Amino acid sequence: MKPVPFSYSRPDTIEDACVLLAGDEDAVVLAGGQTLIPMLAMRLARPSQLVDIARISALTGINALDDGGLWIGAATRQVEIERSVEVLRCAPLLAKAMPWVGHAPTRARGTIGGSMANADPAAEIPLAALASGAVVEVKTGTGTMELTIEGYFLGPMVTAVPEAALVTGIRFQAPPPGRLGTAFHEVAARRGDFAFASAAARIVLDDNGHCIDLRLAIGGACDVPVLLSDVGAALIGQQLRRTDFDDAVGAAVAELDCIGDLHASADYRRRAASTLAKRALTEALNEALGAPT
Amino acid sequence: MKSELTVNGRKIELDVEPRMSLLDALRDELGLVGTHAGCEHGVCGACTVIADGEAVRACLILAVQADGLDITTIEGLAPARGELSVLQDSFCETHALQCGYCTSGFLLAATVLLRRTENPSRAEIERAISGNLCRCTGYTQIIEAIELAAERLGHRNTNEPEGAA
Ligand code: FES
Ligand code: FES
Repeated sequence: MKPVPFSYSRPDTIEDACVLLAGDEDAVVLAGGQTLIPMLAMRLARPSQLVDIARISALTGINALDDGGLWIGAATRQVEIERSVEVLRCAPLLAKAMPWVGHAPTRARGTIGGSMANADPAAEIPLAALASGAVVEVKTGTGTMELTIEGYFLGPMVTAVPEAALVTGIRFQAPPPGRLGTAFHEVAARRGDFAFASAAARIVLDDNGHCIDLRLAIGGACDVPVLLSDVGAALIGQQLRRTDFDDAVGAAVAELDCIGDLHASADYRRRAASTLAKRALTEALNEALGAPT
Repeated sequence: MKSELTVNGRKIELDVEPRMSLLDALRDELGLVGTHAGCEHGVCGACTVIADGEAVRACLILAVQADGLDITTIEGLAPARGELSVLQDSFCETHALQCGYCTSGFLLAATVLLRRTENPSRAEIERAISGNLCRCTGYTQIIEAIELAAERLGHRNTNEPEGAA
């Protein structure tokens, strides 16, 4: 099918984009278009106007911050993130998630901000952002906002970003100092397809091997990506052993409200999520134990 | 709406509706029908072209978004009229196509891989073509064709990227 007719604008600045969005309630932001254009082709989206933000220079770039964190502009292409040494150094969990995002041709066009704003429950970038405790920077007509990731995902493809606002960047804060380990795992029918379940884990140990930070998040299995904060609460402060993960993950996953569909039942997703979560934690722990202090 | 792009080395000025995909512009406005329309919503990879050095899906780019991009289609792959690129030759020799509907997409995706990776592993090849569907060959001969082309390009005494030679 072909999209409905719409007009197209390509503003040069964030401010101009916000004015265009505020002036037309049926206007939609176009970034990489790798989700929006199929929606247009199937006429699931019928905007009056597309506001193409991909060439706004203030929205692109990967910048290491003084505090050890990393800022990535919303319109930065996924392929640049995948190949970036800065990302590998400052946001290793995101780096591990990138090869799982779609296929090479969609990563060549797709953007990080598009993926965050779209918030597909099975998407890898939002999951990595959740497990990393990232911050989403947003520009509204009247000012700027910083959204913490814990309250960001409200429902399937629904986020805390207000109407007519623009995601401008994602900030990955530096993890607490210590020995860091990260891991990302997912299962899908074929590589590049939507995940049935995925898990992202980040562990930080102190010099004595005690866990000082643990974040585990599950994607694909529920309406939104979920942070299993109970697992962190149960394990932070301890000397971690692999076997500790079984009970903590088992209890947390049992609480999840998993979705079932034609492709995978709720039960399957729960089991897959649990297996992937334990695998990710084990791998992150091994990496942290091997990491230099 | 105007969109100026380079297609197979030629500067082109399009004047199209904003809703027209690059795929439709290539086929219907420019007559370059070697880029195939399969699903037209980003699932099959039949429409794969090269844009600024990266493999992309032409059905997932609007022609107006392509303003300023440098596009290579299947028509721009061979070094000269009546010739084939090393990769295209390898596809023929290993029987990597049957109906041919998917083939131009595979050729462009694999061309980008071979430009970026000198000696791609099987896993790298599989990853590079994971976004392309073929309903005929079962993929094995396609992978063999790419391996054969990589080997031949490795033996050539030139730095020119595949596709330019
Ligand atoms: S026609 Fe573009 S991906 Fe199928
Ligand atoms: S050769 Fe027929 S679809 Fe690939």
